[in-house]
Amino acid sequence: MPKVLDNVQMSDLIWKMEVEVPRVVAKAKAGQFIILRVNEEGERVPMSIGGLDRKNGALTIVYQVVGKTSALMTTLSAGSEISDCVGPLGLPSHVEKWGTACVVGGGIGIAPIYPIAQAYKEAGNKLITIIGSRSKDLLLYEEEHRQVADELYVCTDDGSYGHHGFVSDVLKKILDEGVKIGMVMAIGPVPMMRVVSDLTKQYDVPTWVSLNPLMVDGTGMCGCCRVSVDGTTKFACVDGPDFDGHKVDFDLLTKRMSAYHEQERIAMKRFLTDPGCKIAKEVAEFSYPNEKKNKAKIAH
Amino acid sequence: MAKQLKPKERMQIPRQKMPEQDPIERTGNFKEVPFGLTEEQALIEAERCLDCPKRPCVGGCPVEVDIPGFIMLIREKDYAAAARKIKETNSLPAVCGRVCPQEEQCEIVCPLHKKYGAVHIGYLERFVADYERENNLVQLPEIAPPTGRKVAIVGSGPAGLTAAGDLIKLGHAVTIFEALHKPGGVLVYGIPEFRLPKSIVQAECDFLADMGVEFQNSTVVGKMDTIDELFEMGYDAIFIGTGAGLPNFMGIPGENLIGIYSSNEYLTRSNLMRAFDFPHHDTPIIHGKNVAVLGGGNTAMDSVRTALRLGAENAYIVYRRSDKEMPARDEEIHHAKEEGVQFHMLTTPIKYIGDSDGRVQAMECIRMELGEPDASGRRRPIPIEGSNYVMEVDLVVVGIGNSSNPLIPKTTPGLECNKWGNIIVNEETMLTSRKAVYAGGDIVTGGATVILAAGAGKIAARAMHRYLMEEVKK
Repeated sequence: MPKVLDNVQMSDLIWKMEVEVPRVVAKAKAGQFIILRVNEEGERVPMSIGGLDRKNGALTIVYQVVGKTSALMTTLSAGSEISDCVGPLGLPSHVEKWGTACVVGGGIGIAPIYPIAQAYKEAGNKLITIIGSRSKDLLLYEEEHRQVADELYVCTDDGSYGHHGFVSDVLKKILDEGVKIGMVMAIGPVPMMRVVSDLTKQYDVPTWVSLNPLMVDGTGMCGCCRVSVDGTTKFACVDGPDFDGHKVDFDLLTKRMSAYHEQERIAMKRFLTDPGCKIAKEVAEFSYPNEKKNKAKIAH
Repeated sequence: MAKQLKPKERMQIPRQKMPEQDPIERTGNFKEVPFGLTEEQALIEAERCLDCPKRPCVGGCPVEVDIPGFIMLIREKDYAAAARKIKETNSLPAVCGRVCPQEEQCEIVCPLHKKYGAVHIGYLERFVADYERENNLVQLPEIAPPTGRKVAIVGSGPAGLTAAGDLIKLGHAVTIFEALHKPGGVLVYGIPEFRLPKSIVQAECDFLADMGVEFQNSTVVGKMDTIDELFEMGYDAIFIGTGAGLPNFMGIPGENLIGIYSSNEYLTRSNLMRAFDFPHHDTPIIHGKNVAVLGGGNTAMDSVRTALRLGAENAYIVYRRSDKEMPARDEEIHHAKEEGVQFHMLTTPIKYIGDSDGRVQAMECIRMELGEPDASGRRRPIPIEGSNYVMEVDLVVVGIGNSSNPLIPKTTPGLECNKWGNIIVNEETMLTSRKAVYAGGDIVTGGATVILAAGAGKIAARAMHRYLMEEVKK
């Protein structure tokens, strides 16, 4: 069973876990993902790859507490084991030399876009990186991105750090300045990927987005991850996860991602009220991201 | 029972009925429906066999089980020996005793079939396999001395498990690579608990592990390692038994609404992920009130019966042909009818209607009539113009078959497939267009049965053994 090497809280509801899966790490390429299962009763959750330590066979997952499984993950300490971690799944991100390439990361999407940024840079592109989060304390991977990017722009929704506003504002400004960008790659919450795609469409800049719909097997066997691209149904697990942002039906994606909200609530409530639950009471304030404002704090 | 009955006397013995869970009661649980024969019943049923010289049943079996041989051992009450007799040619008797279509294979050719009803060979097979397992009488077969040859089996469904069992007995080192976290393939993710308890599949896999088969679960060949990389890792021959793992959808409007599942997804959630036990298991599943299952095969029957057990008030089979053309086993259709499934024959959906949250609300159907036979020999369904009507549904399961999953063909240069993506093999050896690469089961035939897949695993194992011993120098 894969060993948890490290699991630390980065901020508020965002955690970073390192799992020892040398064979997966040896094969994984930028843009691919894994599916993990915490325990025997656990569900299969797809997770983006937020870093690959090939020397130590360690895979980094940056995750946000959004439900029972992610809450449960926060209770795993270094040295413990998870039931399974399968991968690498999906197709690697398309990488070529376009001249100038731009990666846009929002929220926890800042982590998985980092390996892609590295790959773009290695392919000889001039790299513009735009990362953004709600506030300064939620910002991830700033140093990592600074190492790789030729130009790094940081924004926060509340203006507590960097540019006050959205990643798309910064991108628009760059495009308005007439910078010729060969390719934009965006990873983040669905609304952010949609806004970026809508923007770049106006400027006719090709744009990839990495989709993270619900999945079960992750090998094309079940069709849970159906997305509509240019009016055609695709399976994100095997045809993606990267798709042409100008052609993705984001409405459908958003709706399909909410398919189990009711059950997710039940599972979370049951988990938090379990007397054996290792999470402190504060988390009882947990609410779903699309419910008002998220005030939850997790502490052990 | 008297020792020597005359054939005429045997014909008079009543055909035994398998006791089953009450239809109303069983739709409230996921426990197995048929209980299995009692020992007394098995002994009576065994007496019905005429032990006829032509043994047509053996020829009817895709893996040529010595059927009269094991039935005679039942008469001698040596049930464990009977189970071992079956296992000489079939590694999965407890599974096949439950899910094989015996009525089309061994039983249809039984001389008693027409007038008295065939000997219930499947029931007897199940009886001895269960008896052996439940009484801890399972013995490891003799395993040949190590040959030094290594075999990789890709996929742990019936084809892979059978090939693995045969090859390990011949002394080869065998590793099974399984993409999911549990071995068993369709036996685990596809066939529901009420038809094939998962503990039985686990016992079959444990048995192989005890013989020395290594299982590597959560390993997707084609993603983690390709076929060529497996050779580089030292495997001398490879068997591909990855099944028909790409669900077909109809491509009609609204098909991506929430509440429309492929049968693979619906059954995987319930069977492999145990979503029927939510929230004790984390995986959720939609519980529909009005559930339509599209298709007329065993998978459709498994899906619709699952829906009933998950609380459906109305569970429909919607099938575009008539009941005569339904490919499901009679027993499955019978069980579904007993449980209250409503059959809408000669009907097909043409579009789905959703609510503002994107959840399916209804489907518009059209009635069909049968025309001339098509390429499959079945009469072609033709839509009747103007017969459209709307059916209220909150869950739809599309069980209209699978295509082959392209993961391995795409990552294996030189592996030839037909236009449907099925791997092309020599039917006598199951050898593909690639040296030392064999394939069998649904990835070759398209969606078929457990026993045909097992039979293919068996043929491949025989050919692989020959190849390993004659052409691989160690």
